[in-house]
Amino acid sequence: MRYAILLLDAPYTSQAAHSALRFTRALLAKGHVVDGVFFYHDGVHNAARLAAPPQDEPHLVDAWTELAREHAVPLQVCIAAALRRGLLDEQEAARHGKQGCSVEPPFELTGLGQLVDLGLRCDRLITFGP
Amino acid sequence: MQDDTRQGDLLVILRHAPHGSSWLKEGLDVALVAAAFDRRVTLLFMGEGITALLEGQQAGPLGQKGTAPTLAMLEMYDIDSLLVEKRGMEALGLSDEQFMLPVQGMDADRIAELLASHALVLNF
Repeated sequence: MRYAILLLDAPYTSQAAHSALRFTRALLAKGHVVDGVFFYHDGVHNAARLAAPPQDEPHLVDAWTELAREHAVPLQVCIAAALRRGLLDEQEAARHGKQGCSVEPPFELTGLGQLVDLGLRCDRLITFGP
Repeated sequence: MQDDTRQGDLLVILRHAPHGSSWLKEGLDVALVAAAFDRRVTLLFMGEGITALLEGQQAGPLGQKGTAPTLAMLEMYDIDSLLVEKRGMEALGLSDEQFMLPVQGMDADRIAELLASHALVLNF
């Protein structure tokens, strides 16, 4: 089946990000297709490039990045939700006159239209939230 | 208003009150974007989300915009399927004369039908 994942909570705040990541890995291990992971609401914090958790804890941002690199799963972040929470890629940082960026590939800032498309295109959209 | 259980593309469920979190605002944003891309959108207000419909709301002291102006725009986006959980209305002691927009009450059976009849359900 074709799956999409929607993540609505920040890493290290609730179990949601861990569960979303593990569920996505399980889908891929079973041979399902994951068309994309969409980060919305507080879920956009999963794209924070500068996250630096203690070394003996799981690094969720890096884990998403590894997942995307290994399986070519797109990581799409709602641009409006991201900007107001201080999550800007290079282009948005330049546009808003900010020094440095807080989002980098494979995370991509995109619009909510992508979430709707993703949800309608896939057989299942699974939401993880607080 | 069209038939309330028509087959639709997107059902957005709103369960949070307008002030105190961005859940309601960000849920409505998805609905507006989907409608702007010509998707048929149904809104279902449940639990505290029903208070979003109350007439006479202001933005409040936090400098936020409030959600009432967004609700007032729904018609422009052709979002005319506004549904409310009956049990939630009863629990909060609300009646539909207090609402800023015309809505249809849904009992639990109809809500189950709604979930089954929409291709995509997003829960905020």
